[in-house]
Amino acid sequence: MRMYGDHQFPGKLFIVEGIDGSGKSTQLSLLQQWLRREGYTVFFSEWNSSPLVKETTRRGKRKQMLTPTTFSLLHATDLADRIERHIIPPLSAGAIVLADRYIYTAFARDTARGVSPRWVRELYKFAVQPTIAFYFRVPLDVSLKRILSARAALKYYEAGMDLGLSDDIEESFELFQGMIADRYEEMVDEFGLKVIDATRSIEEQQNEVRVIVERELADVPKRPTPYLDFLEV
Amino acid sequence: MQNRPNNHAFEFYGEGLPAVDLGELRGRLIVIEGPDGVGRSTQVAMLKPWLESNGHAVLDTGMTRSALAGKGIKQAKAGITLGPISLTLFYATDFADRVENEMIPALRAGFIVLTDRYIYSLIARAIVRGLDASWIKACYGVALKPDAVFYLRANVSDLIPRVLSSPTGFDYWESGMDIHLGEDLYDSFVEYQTRMLSVFDSMIHEYGFEVIDATQPVEPIYRNLQQRIGRLLRDL
Repeated sequence: MRMYGDHQFPGKLFIVEGIDGSGKSTQLSLLQQWLRREGYTVFFSEWNSSPLVKETTRRGKRKQMLTPTTFSLLHATDLADRIERHIIPPLSAGAIVLADRYIYTAFARDTARGVSPRWVRELYKFAVQPTIAFYFRVPLDVSLKRILSARAALKYYEAGMDLGLSDDIEESFELFQGMIADRYEEMVDEFGLKVIDATRSIEEQQNEVRVIVERELADVPKRPTPYLDFLEV
Repeated sequence: MQNRPNNHAFEFYGEGLPAVDLGELRGRLIVIEGPDGVGRSTQVAMLKPWLESNGHAVLDTGMTRSALAGKGIKQAKAGITLGPISLTLFYATDFADRVENEMIPALRAGFIVLTDRYIYSLIARAIVRGLDASWIKACYGVALKPDAVFYLRANVSDLIPRVLSSPTGFDYWESGMDIHLGEDLYDSFVEYQTRMLSVFDSMIHEYGFEVIDATQPVEPIYRNLQQRIGRLLRDL
C-alpha cells in the first residue's frame, strides 16, 4: 500500500482548496479548459462525488444522523473510492488529474467539528500527494458576500449547524467558515499549500495558476490530435 | 494483556472519539471473534438470552448492522465495485456509527454489549488485502478497548464443512475472490482463510485474546464462554 508522498506517477495531480466563495472552482474550470486546448489528457474529480457512498451520505444528512467521526469516515471512503478508480489509474496513464477540494478540506472541516487532527491526518494517509495544492485565500467578508447573495438556502451540515454554534443558520455558516479559514491558514506551511490571492481579478489569478502548472508539465505527454479541440468546442 | 481491568474506566485504542466522557460508561463490552463459519453467531444467539435471564440488559451488534452504512456496504458488495481501501473505510464508517450510536449509549446505560466481530476482523481483512497495518490500526483508534475478546479458533479444514452446510456455500468476499487468490471459490477460500487465520493468530498477544478451541461441538464452547463471561460480570 502506497502512502501519502510515496506514489510515483507519470501523470500530475493539481487540486484546489479554499472556503466557499473563494472562486476556486471557477479557476479550476478555466485551468481544465486551457489544459485540454493545449492537448493534455485531463481527468476531473470532485469532492464527495463517488457513487459508492452517495446513498449513505444522503441518508446520513437527511436524517441528521452523522457525527463528526462518521462524517469524516464517509468522506474518506468517498475519496478512497475516487483515488482507487478515478485518480490513480489516470495518473498511471500519464494524464493530468484535477480535483476540486481534497484532503485539506477534510482536515479543515473535520477538526473544526472536533475530530482529532492527528487521527484525521492518519485516516487520509492513503491519498496521493498532489503535485501542487492551490489554496485560494480570500477575506471572510468577501467570500460571504459572494456566497450569500448568489445561492439557494444553506444546508444543515454545510452551515455547520451540527456544531451548535448558533441557532441562526446564516450566522452558523459564517462562524463555521471562519473556523475553516483559520485551519486552512495553519495548513499552508504544514503541507506547502500554494497560496493564491483570491481578491485579484479572475484573469490575474488564472495567469498565475497557469504559470505554476506549466512548470510541472515538461514530461507530461500531449495528444498529437489538435482537431479534437475543434470537436469539443 | 491489553484489555480493560475490572472496574477501570474504558479507554480508546488510539485518538478516540470527540465528546465522549469515558467515565460515564458503566457496562461491559464483550467481543466474540474468529473466522467465517466458526460459529460466532450461534454462540451470540445462545449467550444473549442466557445473560438476559440472569438479569443483564444486552445489546448485540455485528458488522454492517449500522443504521448509517450497513445498507450501503451490502449494496456495494453485491455490485463488487469496491477497492480494498474503500472497503476498509466503509467498514470503519459502519463500525464508528455503531460505536457512537449503539455501543456507547448502551454502555452508558449499564448494558452488556455483546459484539459478533470487532475491529480485529476488520484489521485482518485489510492486512490480508495488502493494506498498511499501522494505518488501519490508527483508523480504528476510535474503538474502545473491550473487557474481553474471545477468539473462537479453528483450522481452515474445520471451517469448510460448516460453510458448505450454509445455504449460500462459499461466499465471494469470504473467499477473498476480490484479491484473486485461487482458480475457483474453493481454492481461493482456503488461501484467503489461511491468511486470515495467521493474522488472527498474530493478534492473540497484541490484543489479549482469550483463545477458545472452536473445533469442539457447540455445547462445550458455550459452557466455556458462560464460565468466562460469568467471571467478568461478578461485580455487576
